Amino acid sequence: MGFEKFLFYCFAALTVGAAAMVVTRRNPVHAVLWMVVAFVSSAALWLLLEAEFLGIVLVLVYVGAVMVLFLFVVMMLDIDIATLRAGFIKYLPVGALVATVMLVEIVLIVGPGNFGLDAFPAPSAAGVDVNNTRDLGMMLYTVYVYPFELAAVILLVAIVAAIRLTLRYRTDTKFIDPVRQVEVRKGPDRIRILKMPAVVEAETQE
Amino acid sequence: MEKVYLTIVLAPLIGALVAGFFGGRIGRRGAHSVTILGVGLSTALSFYVLAQFIWNDLPVFNDAVYTWMVSDGIRFEVGFLVDKLTALMMATVTFVSLMVHIYTIGYMADDEHNWPHGSKAGTNSYQRFFSYIALFTFAMLMLVMSNNFMQLFFGWEAVGLVSYLLIGFWSVRESAIFANLKAFLVNRVGDFGFILGIAAIAMYFQSMDYAEVFAAAPAKADLQVNLFGGVSLMSLICILLFVGAMGKSAQVPLHVWLPDSMEGPTPISALIHAATMVTAGVFMVARMSPLYELSETALSFVMIVGATTAFFMGLIGLVQSDIKRVVAYSTLSQLGYMVTALGASAYAAGIFHLMTHAFFKALLFLAAGSVIIAMHHNQDIREMGGLRKYMPITWLTALIGSLALIGFPGFSGFFSKDAIIEAVNGATIFGSGYASVLLTFGVLITALYSFRMYFLVFHGKERMDAHTRHHLHETPWVVTLPLIMLAIPSVMIGWFTIEPLLVNDWLTSGDWHPIVVHHAHDTLHQLADHWHGQWAFIQHGMTGLPFYLAMGGLFGAAFIWWLMFARNPQLDEQIQAAGGPVTRILLDKYGFDDFNQRVFGGGGQSLGNALWNGGDRMFIDGALVNGSAHSVGRLAGVVRHLQTGYLYHYAIAMIVGLVALLTIFVGL
Amino acid sequence: MIALSDYLILSAVLFCLAVAGIFLNRKNVIILLMCIELMLLAVNTNFIAFSHFLQDMTGQVFVFFILTVAAAEAAIGLAILVVLFRNRRTINVQDLDRLKG
Repeated sequence: MGFEKFLFYCFAALTVGAAAMVVTRRNPVHAVLWMVVAFVSSAALWLLLEAEFLGIVLVLVYVGAVMVLFLFVVMMLDIDIATLRAGFIKYLPVGALVATVMLVEIVLIVGPGNFGLDAFPAPSAAGVDVNNTRDLGMMLYTVYVYPFELAAVILLVAIVAAIRLTLRYRTDTKFIDPVRQVEVRKGPDRIRILKMPAVVEAETQE
Repeated sequence: MEKVYLTIVLAPLIGALVAGFFGGRIGRRGAHSVTILGVGLSTALSFYVLAQFIWNDLPVFNDAVYTWMVSDGIRFEVGFLVDKLTALMMATVTFVSLMVHIYTIGYMADDEHNWPHGSKAGTNSYQRFFSYIALFTFAMLMLVMSNNFMQLFFGWEAVGLVSYLLIGFWSVRESAIFANLKAFLVNRVGDFGFILGIAAIAMYFQSMDYAEVFAAAPAKADLQVNLFGGVSLMSLICILLFVGAMGKSAQVPLHVWLPDSMEGPTPISALIHAATMVTAGVFMVARMSPLYELSETALSFVMIVGATTAFFMGLIGLVQSDIKRVVAYSTLSQLGYMVTALGASAYAAGIFHLMTHAFFKALLFLAAGSVIIAMHHNQDIREMGGLRKYMPITWLTALIGSLALIGFPGFSGFFSKDAIIEAVNGATIFGSGYASVLLTFGVLITALYSFRMYFLVFHGKERMDAHTRHHLHETPWVVTLPLIMLAIPSVMIGWFTIEPLLVNDWLTSGDWHPIVVHHAHDTLHQLADHWHGQWAFIQHGMTGLPFYLAMGGLFGAAFIWWLMFARNPQLDEQIQAAGGPVTRILLDKYGFDDFNQRVFGGGGQSLGNALWNGGDRMFIDGALVNGSAHSVGRLAGVVRHLQTGYLYHYAIAMIVGLVALLTIFVGL
Repeated sequence: MIALSDYLILSAVLFCLAVAGIFLNRKNVIILLMCIELMLLAVNTNFIAFSHFLQDMTGQVFVFFILTVAAAEAAIGLAILVVLFRNRRTINVQDLDRLKG
């Protein structure tokens, strides 16, 4: 059993364990933190598969951005955990049963019989001169340039949508409206010249 | 000559358009001037054309003036065929029409009394009336001058339309509206057959042109078509066309519209429902003689229908008390005579009678109208009598018309009717015996009802109320002039035209035969063979049974309704009461109206109701439209319970689906 | 050596854990979203494994796009969640039954 295999089993076990923790934790904050663990160990597995760029992206983008976003939302919302957990035990057998059935069926298909080393021999390790990031970039910017642009648009749309959804105008805050600020005219808006009769000093009472 | 023909047709049309669209601006005088000018021009040119045919042997004109379209090799054209037959018809139509135009000035002079005060349709009704009758002249000319079936159909429908407009001219009268609708619907029945006949011609001859069809017809004489198990093509076409003629020429059983059409103003009854339009069917059959000669079945059919109409419609005339209806039933009967002549292949005799009848029947109608004017629009002959003293011209002309109608020797009707009876006696085809008997005894009936009316109106006691009697006077010259103008040909036209028309084969000779008669059917040649001049014909006629019957009818009528009536004013009612069931059948007009009303009217109504309730409301609205919406609603009402709205149910559904798919995948 | 089937079975386990998670935490929308992320992770792992064993970069390109779309989805999903909570004061799926037929 080589070191590579050892690493694989270690990270596989970590991923599965973390995933199991995600779905069973009572506190969503803990679930999100376990999710981070699952992602990081998956990234390690991807490195084993020589997908260095994507492994790094998974850590940077998913763990760094998406998971933080999750954490942020979970913490921001005032959630009554007790009611959300109601029925957890009740549905455990059903969930376990369905998951097990599914697992058995999937393993029947993708098990060593169909996808073992005989059918798919492991490729020889890539040399040090192979640059995964460069290869992926070559693909993305040549063959897949249009889908790539589309993906960029999708992200832009997501940004706009997320902002528009959560944006709200609060009436109780004081702020300066720059539009009205620049519209101010010198004469009538800033200075008002009043004409009034001269005021005679009132006679003081004796 | 093409310009002359175009002028003949278009002059009345222009008059009609001017009077119709600018009637309000040009006023009454303008309207009747422009239409009379148009029709007068057309009359003069028609007589010129006729004279050219008689004395100068004018060549036959047969050409298209405008091609509307060509579809699949069939040409749709406006074209004229002007031969001797056409020229004769043109002259008759335009002359009678012109007389009626002049007469109308007097008859419609106080037309505003016939409209409710302030009625919108009543404004300019005088101008409108002139527009209609000029339009009618145009339509009739298009019909008779056409050289193809499409234009024939156009004219056919156009006269039907004008007839509809004119019967319902007094559109505020319930009965007028009923009558014009009835006329329109009954004519639709006939026209349905007519257009089927034209369609059959277009289908089998690939042409709409008369000349081409006639030339091709003998080759197809024995053709059988597969319809209800094989019938002769010629018989089929001819009978279908004749169904159209039955509608227009009011033959049994499609005659029911004509008596009702008397709801229209009297000039119309004279022009359309006596002299011209109703003769369109007779003219059409004569024009189609090359086709009819090829089918003895059709000829027998024509003859039997005509003879039935001639006798039985005359009988109804005996019990009518409305002066116009008596004349209307006499028209039906006389049309029956013409049609019977056609059936006997005596087309020339049919056309001859058509022409003489046009004059004397128009005369009788106009005389009736004159009486009606004098009687302040009271049309009941039981309330007339003794008008002879007050209206001498009307009396004299009506007497002439009646004598011509019953065929008094020497009058025009005598020549034409006797020729028809002779021809039918000589016919050998199936049904000729039946026709011969009916026509002969029809003469007696004709004399009876004609003189019953004559004596009741002009002789005997004055039965009108005092007010009317006080105002009785002869009608103005615009009314009496046409009477006199029509009385002249009513007396003389027969004498002068019988020889060329029936004896010297004016219509059947020459390069182009307006009328074709096969030798085997030629019943008129017997007449020609024994022809020794008009005097001999009259002397021969005076020895025949029809003459004695006519005289018997005349003197019988004189005895009953002149001599006896003077002593017993209730005589008419008593005779009718004595008739018992026979009278009742006659008053019911053999039940045709009731039958139509009950079976076609009622049946149509209940069928419509059934379709409306069952088909439309229950099936289409209920089952299809609302039903589909309801069933969707009901189904959705059931299915919507599946939608809990809970996210996890949808998620679980997806997962279950995934598991199922996986299971299938593994199983494979 | 590590076989392709090892990776695939690992993915399957991850995926089934996520499915079980949907069953167990059916009322908490946040955990549901996280389960979906887990599923996507499993799928991505599959893609990368195939990419590696077939020596084809296309699988990785696919993963790249999936990551993009998943990030967008997470952002919008969480935004919707925030708005939902702001309006209803709850994220309990049980209370969200406005679509009930």
